Amino acid sequence: MRHIISVRDLRRDEIDRLLDRAAEIEARHFDPHLLSGRILGLFFFEPSTRTRMSFESAMARLGGVSLNMGSVEASSVAKGETLADTIRVVSGYVDAIVLRHPKEGAARLAAEFASVPVINAGDGAGQHPSQTLLDLYTIRKSMPLDGLRVGLLGDLRYGRTTHSLAIALSLYGAEIAAIAPKGLELPSGIIHELNGSGTPVTEHTAVEEVIDDLDVLYVTRIQRERFPDTASYLDVASSYRITPDLVLRARPHLIVLHPLPRLDEIDPGVDALPNAKYFEQAHHGVSVRMAMLSEVMT
Amino acid sequence: MTRKGPEGLLISPIRHGTVIDHITAGQALNVLRILGITGTTSEEVSVATNVASGRVGKKDIVKIENRELRKEEVDRIALIAPDATINIIREYAVVEKKGVEHPRELLGVVRCPNPGCITNTAEPARSRFIVVRNGLRCHYCDWLISKEIAEHIL
Ligand SMILES: [Zn+2]
Repeated sequence: MRHIISVRDLRRDEIDRLLDRAAEIEARHFDPHLLSGRILGLFFFEPSTRTRMSFESAMARLGGVSLNMGSVEASSVAKGETLADTIRVVSGYVDAIVLRHPKEGAARLAAEFASVPVINAGDGAGQHPSQTLLDLYTIRKSMPLDGLRVGLLGDLRYGRTTHSLAIALSLYGAEIAAIAPKGLELPSGIIHELNGSGTPVTEHTAVEEVIDDLDVLYVTRIQRERFPDTASYLDVASSYRITPDLVLRARPHLIVLHPLPRLDEIDPGVDALPNAKYFEQAHHGVSVRMAMLSEVMT
Repeated sequence: MTRKGPEGLLISPIRHGTVIDHITAGQALNVLRILGITGTTSEEVSVATNVASGRVGKKDIVKIENRELRKEEVDRIALIAPDATINIIREYAVVEKKGVEHPRELLGVVRCPNPGCITNTAEPARSRFIVVRNGLRCHYCDWLISKEIAEHIL
């Protein structure tokens, strides 16, 4: 039985196989009854409507059925049951579990107690491998994944989607440009890990310094609560805003990604440029999750 | 290095017990903490710190009368004093001498410093850390402990 918990567990050939399968699915080469008669359990201990709908849609397109835990308040969790016990019990109801949980490492714990495969749909500030896979998938739609120069921009200290993406890209010989405001830099532990796997990392405080060299710019949110007051937040946020002028200065093949929802990080004027791939990125969520479900459930 | 050098003059020999030698300089008190030895426990203990040593520059030494160490204790010492050697003494003679081992995984040895980690909840998750090149990585939440490891030892 296999689980999908963290990109750190995946080898390059396993990622390639999942992305290849997602591409076949997107091209409509799949059996719409592949998971007929199978049941997927969705256990969302914190809300994430889009991720949940995307998994439900993926399961329905493969002919299967989804069961939803419903609200945490109405469940045994509200009575103080541990996640471990919940998982042991519901393993008897479903054929696979998709888990979202506020505590980091929850999915790995769940996998230890589950008798069916577990897919991590985000654990706290921790891993969210389906997001990383769809980021890779979106990049691969535009260019081969090998040897890319990728800029990560925004809150790189707390924004763990960028950490997972950088770790996955290190399997493909990427170079990483970490672009972040003071205090929100990429943690040194991640930089060491990337360097240790042969991935060079350069650090920048302004996107203008590196945009000319990039193949991919991955933009994330800078959160208001990281700053002492609104003025200092607005000051930083405005200097990290991606504008059409900036994108037009870059290499023509540069693609701009964002895990969405966005606030002001990307000027809506960028949306119409061919470089903007963030809405396409969101649409790939279902194909990538179909590939993940078929991987663990067949 | 089988015969003791000048440090034998600094602290007296022991009859039965353990000599932990080549402790990273400055870590002797953390070694005592790991072994649960405090001012109120009854062991007869000698400590020498910042002793000159050809092998590691400066080192600390701890001698404990009438005590042999358990594996979990040695694993904890390995974290803060990777070059330490453990000498078992009987009748004033070294009957066994071994380096500390460096396990690839530590079970129940270190508390995860990440307050959001599932191991810091009521869940039945025992602390589990993987030894990586630049520190220890939590098996559950991927948190990396790269410095001040002693502060996180359970
Ligand atoms: Zn942890």
